[in-house]
Amino acid sequence: MTLFLLKRVGTSAIVLFSLSVIVFLLTRLIPSNPAVIYAGPKARPEELARVTAELGLDQPLYLQFFRYLGGLVTGDWGNSLATKRPVLDELALRTPATLELLAVAMLFALVVGVILGVIAARRPGRILDMVIRFLSIGGVSMPAFWLGLLLQVFFVGALGILPATGQFSTEIKYLSPITSVTGFPLLDSLLTGNWVAYSDGLAHVILPALTLAAYPLGLIARMTRASMLDVAEQDFVFTARAYGLREGLIRWKLALRNALPPTMTIVGLAAAYTLTGTFYVEIVFNWPGIGQFAAGAMLAVDYPAIVAITMLSAAGYLVANLVVDIVQARLDPRARLS
Amino acid sequence: MTSASGVPPLAAFVPLGERPFTRIRRVLARDPMAMVGVAIVVLVLVLALFGQWIAPYPEQGLGSPRPSLRGLAPGAEYLFGTDQLGRDVLSRIIMGARPALLISVFVVLLAMVIGIPLGAIAGYRGGWVDQVLMRVTEVFQSFPPLLLAMVTVAILGPSLVNAGIALAVSWWPWYARLVRAEAQSLRGRPFVEAARAIGVPTWRIIPRHILRNSLTPILVQATVDIGSVVLAAGALAFIGLGAQPPEPDWGLMVAEGRGLIFTQWWISTFPGLALFVTVLGFNLIGDSLRDIFDPRSVKR
Repeated sequence: MTLFLLKRVGTSAIVLFSLSVIVFLLTRLIPSNPAVIYAGPKARPEELARVTAELGLDQPLYLQFFRYLGGLVTGDWGNSLATKRPVLDELALRTPATLELLAVAMLFALVVGVILGVIAARRPGRILDMVIRFLSIGGVSMPAFWLGLLLQVFFVGALGILPATGQFSTEIKYLSPITSVTGFPLLDSLLTGNWVAYSDGLAHVILPALTLAAYPLGLIARMTRASMLDVAEQDFVFTARAYGLREGLIRWKLALRNALPPTMTIVGLAAAYTLTGTFYVEIVFNWPGIGQFAAGAMLAVDYPAIVAITMLSAAGYLVANLVVDIVQARLDPRARLS
Repeated sequence: MTSASGVPPLAAFVPLGERPFTRIRRVLARDPMAMVGVAIVVLVLVLALFGQWIAPYPEQGLGSPRPSLRGLAPGAEYLFGTDQLGRDVLSRIIMGARPALLISVFVVLLAMVIGIPLGAIAGYRGGWVDQVLMRVTEVFQSFPPLLLAMVTVAILGPSLVNAGIALAVSWWPWYARLVRAEAQSLRGRPFVEAARAIGVPTWRIIPRHILRNSLTPILVQATVDIGSVVLAAGALAFIGLGAQPPEPDWGLMVAEGRGLIFTQWWISTFPGLALFVTVLGFNLIGDSLRDIFDPRSVKR
C-alpha cells in the first residue's frame, strides 16, 4: 500500500512538472507581446523596455523557464496583466465562491444521479429505464450556458421566484453581513446562524448549481445503472432474496453499497468537466468565481492568469484522481497491483 | 469526450469478420432511441448540405443586418423571430448546421490522424516506444477537459479554425489510447503472428491487420465524439473563444442574445435548442453503440 501510494504520488508529480512545461511553451507562443498588454497601448518605448525587463522577456528562453519554474515553486506566480495584482491573490479571492458552487452542484448530481441510476436498473429496458436513459443522455448533451438561460427565463422571468444573478443580494452586505469563519460565505452564514443571508445565498445558488449539475448527473446516473446491473447478478443478492429480505432493502442497501465504488471512479472525471463548466455558468449567472475570471483572462490573453488557472485546475484534477485511486485501492486490493 | 481508457478493447470479444458498417447498422436498428438519433443526425446533415436552398432567407443566415426588422417575435413570416440585427433566426440556425458539422468532422479527423498511428505503433511495438507515448497521452489527459483547448485558442487567437485546432490538440490522446488497446489485443492473434512469421513488414501489418480490425471501435468513438465536439465548439464560441460574428454559429448566437433573454427570449433559445438537439442526436447513436459493445452495460 505504501509503495503504491509513493508510486502514484510520484507519477502525479512528474505529470504536474510536464504540465508546467507545456503551459510554459504555450504561453511563449503568444503572438502578441505581453509587455504591450501590461504597459498599455500608449506606453513610450523606454517604458516598454522597462516592463520587458521587469517581466524577464529579454532573457533567453531557458532562463525564462527557470525563472518561471522558480516562481511556481516559491509562490510568486506573477501579476495579472489586467488587474496588476498578484494572480494568486486574485484566484484566492474567487476560489470559495467557485468551490461552493461546485460542491452544491456535485452533491445534487451525486444524490439525484445515484437515485435515478438505481431506479433505472430495477427493470432494464422498461419504460422508466428508457425515460431515465433519455434524461441522462440529455443531461450530457445539454449546453450548460443555454440551460442556464432557460432556467433564468422560467424561474426568474416567468415565475419571478428566484434571483437571476450574483451570489448574494447587495443589501445582505449592509443588513446582515456574514461573519467569516471558514471563508466560504454560504457555509459561514449557516454556521453563524445568519438565516437571512443563508436563505438569500441558497436562493442564489439553486439555478447555477442545477445548470452545472446536468452533465455530471447524466454521467453518474448511467454509471450507477450499469454497476447496479452488474451487482444484481451476484450470488449474495440471490442469497438475500432467498432469505426473504425485502426487495427495497436488498436494492438500496446491499446492492447499492457494492455498486457505488465503480460510480465513484467517474466522480473525479465528472467534477473535472464541471470545473470547466463553471467558466460559462459563472458568466451566465454573474457568479463571482474563478470561472468568470478565467474566461476573461483567456479573452484578454492575460498569460500569468492563464498559467495560474491552468496549473491550479490541473493540479486539482490530479489530486481528485489521486484521491479516487487511493480510495479505490483501499476498497479493492486488485487495484493496487496495476 | 468519453472515456476510452476504461473500456476494455473490443477486439477481445467481438467476432472478427463482420464488416464494421454492417455491424453498426444492425445494432442501431434494434434500438428505437438510436433511431431517433439517426433521424436527428440525418436532418442536420440535410440542413448542412442543402441549407442555402432550405433557409427562407439564406442571405441573412450569413449575416446581412436589417435594422428595421430588429427583434420581431416568432410569427408566420419569421418562424423563430428575428435577432438583434433584424436577421431571421431560423435562417441563421439552418446556415449554422454546416460550420458546426464541418468543424466537428475536422477536429475528429485531425485527432484521428495524430492519435491512430501513434496508438497503433505504441500498442503493436510495446516496449519503450509504448511507455513514452503513453506517458505523453497521460500528461495531455491530466488537463481538465476543454481547458487545454481554451488555453490554446486564447493563445492562437479566437476563431473557428483555431478552436478546431485547439480541440484536436486536446482530443487526440483518446484515439491513441483506444487504438493502442486494440493493437495490444490484436498483436497476439494467430493471423497477425502468421503474417509476421511469413515476413510481412510492420508497416504493412499495422494498416492491413491492426487498423482494419480496429475500425469498429474507432467509428463508434468518432460518432460519440462528433456530438461532443459540436458541444465543445459551441461552448468555446459562447465564451468568445470560437467562431466570431457575424458567423452563424449556434453557441455564438446564444451569447449574442443573452443580454436580451428576458425580453426577446427567442434569439438565444432557438439556436441553443438546435445545438442541444444536434448533440443529443449524436449521443443517442453513440450511447446505443457503446451499450452493445461494452459488456459492462449490456442489457439483460
